[in-house]
Amino acid sequence: MSIARTNRFNTLAAHGALILYTLIALFPVFVIVINSFKNRRAIFREPLAMPNSETFSLIGYETVLKQGDFFLYFQNSMIVTVGSLFFILLFGAMAAFALAEYRFKGNTLMGLYLALGIMIPIRIGTVAILEMMVQTGLVNTLWALILVYTAQGLPLAVFILSEFMRQVSDDLKNAGRIDGLSEYRIFFQLVLPLVRPAMATVAVFNMIPIWNDLWFPLILAPAEEVKTLTLGSQVFIGQFVTDWNAVLSALSLAILPVMALYVIFSRQLIRGITSGAVK
Amino acid sequence: MTALTLTNVCKSFGAVEVLRDINLTVEDGEFVVFVGPSGCGKSTLLRVIAGLEDATSGTVNIGGDVVNAVPPAKRGIAMVFQSYALYPHLSVRDNMALGLRQERQSKSVIDARVDKAVQMLDLGAYIDRRPSDLSGGQRQRVAIGRAIVREPKLFLFDEPLSNLDAALRMNTRIEIAELHRTLSASMIYVTHDQTEAMTLADKIVVLRDGRVEQVGSPMELYNNPANRFVAGFLGSPAMNFLERAPLDIPPGGALGIRPEHLRPTKGGRISGNVTHVERLGGDTNLLVATDHDETLTVRLFGQDPTRVGAQIELDFDDTSAFRFDQDNCRVA
Repeated sequence: MSIARTNRFNTLAAHGALILYTLIALFPVFVIVINSFKNRRAIFREPLAMPNSETFSLIGYETVLKQGDFFLYFQNSMIVTVGSLFFILLFGAMAAFALAEYRFKGNTLMGLYLALGIMIPIRIGTVAILEMMVQTGLVNTLWALILVYTAQGLPLAVFILSEFMRQVSDDLKNAGRIDGLSEYRIFFQLVLPLVRPAMATVAVFNMIPIWNDLWFPLILAPAEEVKTLTLGSQVFIGQFVTDWNAVLSALSLAILPVMALYVIFSRQLIRGITSGAVK
Repeated sequence: MTALTLTNVCKSFGAVEVLRDINLTVEDGEFVVFVGPSGCGKSTLLRVIAGLEDATSGTVNIGGDVVNAVPPAKRGIAMVFQSYALYPHLSVRDNMALGLRQERQSKSVIDARVDKAVQMLDLGAYIDRRPSDLSGGQRQRVAIGRAIVREPKLFLFDEPLSNLDAALRMNTRIEIAELHRTLSASMIYVTHDQTEAMTLADKIVVLRDGRVEQVGSPMELYNNPANRFVAGFLGSPAMNFLERAPLDIPPGGALGIRPEHLRPTKGGRISGNVTHVERLGGDTNLLVATDHDETLTVRLFGQDPTRVGAQIELDFDDTSAFRFDQDNCRVA
């Protein structure tokens, strides 16, 4: 037993700091959720109070479910997020494998070019992207969003995944080659399962910004039938009157799907983040 | 028939030449060991033979066919890797069977060959386990089994024992030697460990800086090294080289004496101080600092009472000494 490990004070201090951080991080979410269950006057009179028998009200949720087509917005957001993540992971992993595995002229240059996207925000190109989407007739389709988000997510995905793919044992890939596996089977069956934690990390890092994005849905797909959840919630925020009950209820509901996705990825995510430090 | 012929094989990565003009033959059933210090190109040479790297120039001929443009799976080889390289998602049986399935062998052939290898390597109890549930030695046996079932023309071993602990290394070494006798297959074995090279090989190829320094049977190389590098590389403890002692040394060169050929003799030609004693039970190794400030290792058989700090005089038989000129080539 090492002394450091049994030191009560250090353990308590570490847990204290972590608990404090958790409270601070969760506080805004907590406030949103409790207020979404209160009536309008209670929200403004005592924003930090818990809902009680007097102030409890589901009016926000009722408005949200009645107004507009919220299930459609949900579905749109889900399709865009899951679709983008799928393409980011697929193409990102493939590009990363090529960069990590094969020696070819311009390999490093290609890697730098792909990494450049991390530093240059894709929103700078919004006007050009919009023009392109108009010309290809993709405006007001979910494909427009999926394509843009895929492009936005690829640089970081390639960067992270190629680092992890370099760590996959060469011997394993070579054993596959000697046994006659094609490069595709080596990639899909041997390499991908081994970088699963890194894939989960990339997925989570990309998921939240895509789910929360307002910019591109507003510009590329503002039509009613392709609205995403974030854009759909904006109907409750007016220039003069804001329906806070509805806004808070919509936000509370919007947390649920991302949380579900996060739970799916989280075990792998923790392994992905810690593997670099511990291994 | 020759199992492998390499003709003028060169390999460079960009401007770096890793292999320079390698010519080599491996006869059918021969056990050939590539040995050399790390970075000498021995693993690269093995990968060129396996087809995992392309030779920059020269031809690779396996079992009578030039295979320069043939992919690894179709070269009739099987390889065992240092890190075992077992497929983590497959059971022991499937690990061994995968190569045969890729060759589209019938199920009965696959089962028969896998069962035979399992028996040969005593893996019956682990057949349905995943590699992660096996110990290092068991994993390496599975990797060897995966090679056996392919029934290759040529086995390639890439430092297969380096990840095992000392006791297991000895056992596995003997198993590989037995395997070679049972299968009477041609094998190429890469190692940096000269003990493995000496004990396993029919023929040793000593490599340095991408060149073949000398080829021959273990005892040929031990008794008759072509140059100072080979002389110093084979044998443990390593050969002593004297450059300053007032002996018959070629100008600018060195005199090489194996540790077991030095013996304490009153009035011997070399005198010095014992600086360290290693008692191994069967042998005793003395480290001696000579009067000319050179360090010698003396290997005495049996147990010896000499203590650190003792004055010692040493002598040797002239016929057992090697002379190297200033270019490190052997002169006598």
